This record gives sequence, C-alpha cells and structure tokens, in this order.
Amino acid sequence: MVQRYGYDFRDYSMTSLKRRVHLAMQKEQGVHTISAYQDRILHDPEAMVRFLDVVSVDVTAMFREPAFYKAFRDKVVPALQELPLIRIWHAGCATGEEAYSMAIVLHEEGLLEKARLYATDINQHLLEQGKGRIFAIRQMKDYTANYQKAGGKSDFSNYYTAGHDEVILRASLGRNIVWAEHNLVSDSSFNEFHVVLCRNVMIYFNRKLQGRVHRLIYDSLPVGGVLGLGHGESLQLTPYESCYEVVDRTTKLFRKIR
Amino acid sequence: MKYRLVVIGASLGGLNSLRGVLSALPGTFRPAVAIVQHRSADADDTLQFLLQKECAHLVREVEDKEAIIPGKIYLAPGGYHLMVEENHFVLSMEASVNYAQPSIDLLFKTAAEYFGSRVIGVVLTGTGRDGALGLAEIERCGGVVLIESRRTAVAQEMPEAAIEATLHPIEIKLEEIGPYLVKLDREQETK
Repeated sequence: MVQRYGYDFRDYSMTSLKRRVHLAMQKEQGVHTISAYQDRILHDPEAMVRFLDVVSVDVTAMFREPAFYKAFRDKVVPALQELPLIRIWHAGCATGEEAYSMAIVLHEEGLLEKARLYATDINQHLLEQGKGRIFAIRQMKDYTANYQKAGGKSDFSNYYTAGHDEVILRASLGRNIVWAEHNLVSDSSFNEFHVVLCRNVMIYFNRKLQGRVHRLIYDSLPVGGVLGLGHGESLQLTPYESCYEVVDRTTKLFRKIR
Repeated sequence: MKYRLVVIGASLGGLNSLRGVLSALPGTFRPAVAIVQHRSADADDTLQFLLQKECAHLVREVEDKEAIIPGKIYLAPGGYHLMVEENHFVLSMEASVNYAQPSIDLLFKTAAEYFGSRVIGVVLTGTGRDGALGLAEIERCGGVVLIESRRTAVAQEMPEAAIEATLHPIEIKLEEIGPYLVKLDREQETK
C-alpha cells in the first residue's frame, strides 16, 4: 500500500486499526481473507478509496467539546486580535466541522476577514464533502446546543439555510478556508501557523508516529503559537512537553515557548 | 501477582455501584482498575471527582497511550472508547458499539487480548447488553468474570445479558464484589 498509493499505516495504533480493517473487509463484496482483500486493494484503486473511507475515522461535529471553543475564545482570541493576518491549521479536519466552527467563532470576534483556515486531511473524499458546506438537518439540534455551550453570541440558525433534509452553511464561512490533501504520516510542514489544531487525530497513531507529528507541528508554530489537542490527549509522553506552556489544562490548549 | 487488571463496566445506576466496589478496595490492592461508565460525550470530571472521594487509590481519567500502572484506578473519559494495547491504554472516537460509547465490550475484549488470564472482568448494573460479549471473551481467555447480582443492581438487563453470555459467571451482591476482588488479589500472594 505504501509503494502503490503512498499510504502508510504501519505506525498506526494496532488495536483500533485492526478493528477498522476488519470492518472495511466486511463491507467489501466478495473478499473473505486479509490476503484476498490486500490483493483487491492493490489492484483496484476504487477499493483503496473505499478502504480509506472506513479506516480514516471521520467522527466529527460542529462545536464538539464546547468547552474547547469557550476556552479558545477567552484565552487565545485576545492574542489574535493584534495580528495583521491569522493562519490556523486544522490538521486531520475530516469533513471540516471544526474549521466551520472556528470560522463562526472568528466571525463573532470580528477576525474572520483577516484569517486563513487551512483544513487538511489524508482523505480527499472527506475534503470534497466539507467544501460543499452541506450538513444533515437532524444534526442541527445537537450543534445548536453545542454552539450555545461554546459561548456563541448569536442564533446558530443565522449561519445556515435549511432545506428539507439538509442545511447549507453561509458561503461567507467557507470563503477563508483553504482545503488541501495532506498526510501527517509522510508529508512535511507547509507553512507557519499562529494556531494548529490537531484534535483526536493522533490517538490513532502509535507513540513513534505521534512523536513525528509533534515534530511537524512544532516546526509549523512560531514561539507564541498555540496548539490544541483533544481532551483525552497529552503532551506528556512526547519529547516536546517542555517546549510548551499550558494555556488551558482541561481543554488541552498549549502555547509554544521555546 | 496473578491478576494485573480489573475491568469494570457500568451503565444506568452505575455511580452507586462503582462507589460500592471502589470504597471496598484498600490501598494495598495491587491490580490496576479500568472503568467504563456509559455517559454523554461532553461529560466533565464530576464522575472522577465523586469516585475519588470513595477511593483509597488515585482515580484518573485516561489520557491516550497512558501506561497501565498497578494500584491505579482509570476511568474512560467522556466521548472516547477506552481500549488496552500491550501495557498501555489507547483512546478512540469511532462510532458507538452496540449503541454505547464508551463501549464496555471494547475495553473487555482488548483487555482479554493483551492480559489473558490475568484479567478480572466485572459487569455492574445497567440497561442494554454492553459488556456481555466482552465478558465472554475474558472467560474464554481464562480470566475471572464477576457480575453484580440482579438483586442489588438498579437495572438488571446488563447483568442478565452477561450471565447468559458466560459459562461460569460469579454472580454476587454489590457489597461482596469489592471484598471478592481483594480475596482474589490476596489468594495469589500466598502461593
């Protein structure tokens, strides 16, 4: 798979990767063994796409972990006010719910006009979906509750137009988002950012690969830049722990200090 | 020591049962304890706080790749599945398993995979069937399976499903579970 497509799963965390490979295999018609499935994937790029869709965990939601956005608003936004241009990297963005949530926060803080949000993922499919700004209407109740808990300053319904089953987010929220395919496993740093959010992406990697990604993130942040992880993640087991100070302990916001 | 890890699953009514079990564990209890209590994704640290009050050991919400250390109590954080991998925990945000997140089955199955007969699985009160398949897997790998008695469980569904799924379950009242765990830990000490 590495040689044929450039996707390298060798340093993923085995326990959950194994589960998802089996799930992917069950969904694939007519293969019953791992070796037959591997053969299919190597000979059929469409099968690779289907594999990637199952194996890349794309669970996400707007304003997921509302406390994170609240802490971001209170503790990070003030420092962003003074910048002439703000660059934020959403690493492993899946379908972009986090990037759109951030766009809403920045809009409400009067910062969206001078912000560029770089939303990257390994899976082109998910990026295409994200670009469309279309979400299922049944999610809006949860998203609205999250938005309010996250300290939203308006009505969440102001940010979308509802159709029958789906809603489309306002175009202005997507205007400053740059979508790009990027593989944290094999690609290098591509810019310097004031904020890097990589939340609940590295939990699927082993310690070695986590170390690599932390280096990539470290290289992409200037001193003073902010890193956001998922609330179940930690810097403690990485070589970079001493390079950051804590901005908010429970929501895992850190600032690079050296 | 023979038993390295105790895994506990609870759902509806779990707070009371967890308190009952943990408060009976003395500071000398050696295995690590990992707990999955069904709860909402954005739950805060209230559960950890409430359990810590009952407990001689330190109670921690697990962080990804955290090492499994004897004598510590680990709690699955809200919004994640908790799994065992070699000598550490891993977290995952995959979709719910059997309508549950965190999934008791996932913790139990992965604990059995890596710790085999050195695992004790405990299913406490709860609705649904989560935990039954995982407990069966622990039994198959030679571990011990304990189930809260349907007489003390607030919700009997989970204990019932677990009893159906296993061959030799030990069904005991809530107040007996903690002392039984201590006995299992000590029994081995004298050998």
